[in-house]
Amino acid sequence: MSHGHEDAGPKVYATVAEFDSAEALLEAAEATRRAGYKDVDAYTPFPVHGLSDAIGFHDVRMPWFIFMGGLLGATTGYTLQWYTSVIDYPHNVGGKPLNSLPSFIPITFECTILFSAITAVFGMLILNRLPKPYHSIFNTPGFERASQDRFFLSIESTDALYADARNFLLNLHAVAVSEVNE
Amino acid sequence: MITGQQTYASLDESIGSMVLNQRRHKRAWWIFFLVGIMGTGLLATSITWLVYKGVGIWGNNVPVGWAFDIVNFVWWIGIGHAGTLISAILLLLKQQWRNSINRFSEAMTIFAVMCAGMFPLLHTGRPWLSIYWLFPYPNILAIWPQFRSALMWDVFAVSTYFTVSLLFWYIGLIPDFATLRDKATKRWVKVIFAITSLGWRGSNRHWHRYEQSYLILAGLSTPLVLSVHTIVSYDFAISQVPGWNTTVFPPYFVAGAVFAGFAMVLTFAIPMRKAYGLKDLITMRHIDWMAKITLATGLIVAYGYVLEVFYAWYSGNPNEWDMTFNRRFSGPYAWAYALLIVCNIIAPQFLWVPKLRTNLNFLWVICQFVGVGMWLERFVIIPMSLTAEYLPAMNKMYYPTVWDFAMFGGTIGFFIFLMFLFIRFLPVINLFEMKDLLYKMTGHKSHGDEHGAAELATEGA
Repeated sequence: MSHGHEDAGPKVYATVAEFDSAEALLEAAEATRRAGYKDVDAYTPFPVHGLSDAIGFHDVRMPWFIFMGGLLGATTGYTLQWYTSVIDYPHNVGGKPLNSLPSFIPITFECTILFSAITAVFGMLILNRLPKPYHSIFNTPGFERASQDRFFLSIESTDALYADARNFLLNLHAVAVSEVNE
Repeated sequence: MITGQQTYASLDESIGSMVLNQRRHKRAWWIFFLVGIMGTGLLATSITWLVYKGVGIWGNNVPVGWAFDIVNFVWWIGIGHAGTLISAILLLLKQQWRNSINRFSEAMTIFAVMCAGMFPLLHTGRPWLSIYWLFPYPNILAIWPQFRSALMWDVFAVSTYFTVSLLFWYIGLIPDFATLRDKATKRWVKVIFAITSLGWRGSNRHWHRYEQSYLILAGLSTPLVLSVHTIVSYDFAISQVPGWNTTVFPPYFVAGAVFAGFAMVLTFAIPMRKAYGLKDLITMRHIDWMAKITLATGLIVAYGYVLEVFYAWYSGNPNEWDMTFNRRFSGPYAWAYALLIVCNIIAPQFLWVPKLRTNLNFLWVICQFVGVGMWLERFVIIPMSLTAEYLPAMNKMYYPTVWDFAMFGGTIGFFIFLMFLFIRFLPVINLFEMKDLLYKMTGHKSHGDEHGAAELATEGA
């Protein structure tokens, strides 16, 4: 198997194994991680629990981003009300203090939720590099079923142990194993 | 929670084909769609006439400044709340039965909020100016909105609610768009779903962050939905109008919203599951549970009515008592209050009986009672309270005009129009969550045995 360094043919992206159940994929992913593969990804029609652990993927940035979004929202919401009611347009309404803290809570709360929700959605898309209409994995034969009823495991050509990837995947009871070009 | 012999493929087939195989939509779809179009036309006509002529075409008068427009606003917002409850609160409570009804109720939320939002905007009389009345932006008049007013809170609550519901709905749709993209056979259909799916490829890394975001969004939507109707109720509760100034309003408005919302979900779900053969996905257990939630929230609403009367007496305020006794129990609007009690308190009591909960025709009729009852509740609270305030000069009857009814009927038509477009062009049941549910239910059964299961599925169908 080549490492895809030739100038002539297209570059190899990954070797991809297809499985017919989530359990088979989980077992294979577990074995792949134990064998020391790092550049591994799985493609499934629904989020399979335990798959991230099996592959060895962990990312906790999302909740922190959302938290920061919420803080920014709370600050923006309160500052907006404080600045407009105390500094820019002070107005005596029924003798209430200019900085009417209790009355400013609801909008501060709504802004917190709004900013964190927007961060949750767009942060997720940005970290996932979406939208991305074309990706090499789509060249895998039968990959349409990755969104329907089949489960795929890929070892990318950038992995240090890639030379053995094909033989390794063939031993994992996959339905099919194929090499995919970029 | 899923009946019949199902596989991932059979789920895709029964749900996805509603979009991909347009022949599944028969005459019934066209009938409802036409009703929806006619309603939308009525709405467009009412809005045009309203904008041309002014809010004088409505029955609102001087003490009764808030009437049908605000009643309809609160009613529609409330209808939407069941969607968020199903999609967010039941997700956090790990109620997996929500998976087959959440997409559809989220759509209902969005369309209901669209209908709701029209009313306060048009009530301003000049909606094209409301951008500066409602939203804080630096303008040449150098004035800012009044942030101590519950009406401003409302603007922020409703617009946040709409935005968050839309985002939540859309990110739920992304993986399903990918499934439709991959299942579609026509090229242009593939292209459309490729764009709307944002190139989703089901990568584990993506699912990992997706699930984190989705769960946190559910966690954010839960306090949001409670805050929205709480803030809507503040429009009344923090004022001094007799009949409005009650601390029970926030929880009782939220319960009423869920009550009306579940009735609306059932109103659509019962005919839809029949017409499109989704009985294995929206099962009798779902219907039964939704009926139970309707009953439970109905009882909270009933408790709210009792407390309202109690507060009127306990406050020692003669105006409050006069409102309760002479405007609700008796007087020119007593019929509305009596009908409200029949619809909201008496009618749902039939749902204690298990046989009646699963009798679809009967349940559907009860849901209509709830819908009417919740509308009457807002009518009783909002314009009726304004007909008898502190001064005799403020006693005046309120009579709606034909345009009040036209606009309300128009929004119902518009809602039907959007719902039926949704049924035809978007996956009405969340595909990937149903697969997840199937995976959890069947566990290891499907391993290596896919062909056998698929055959059973065709036999079952």
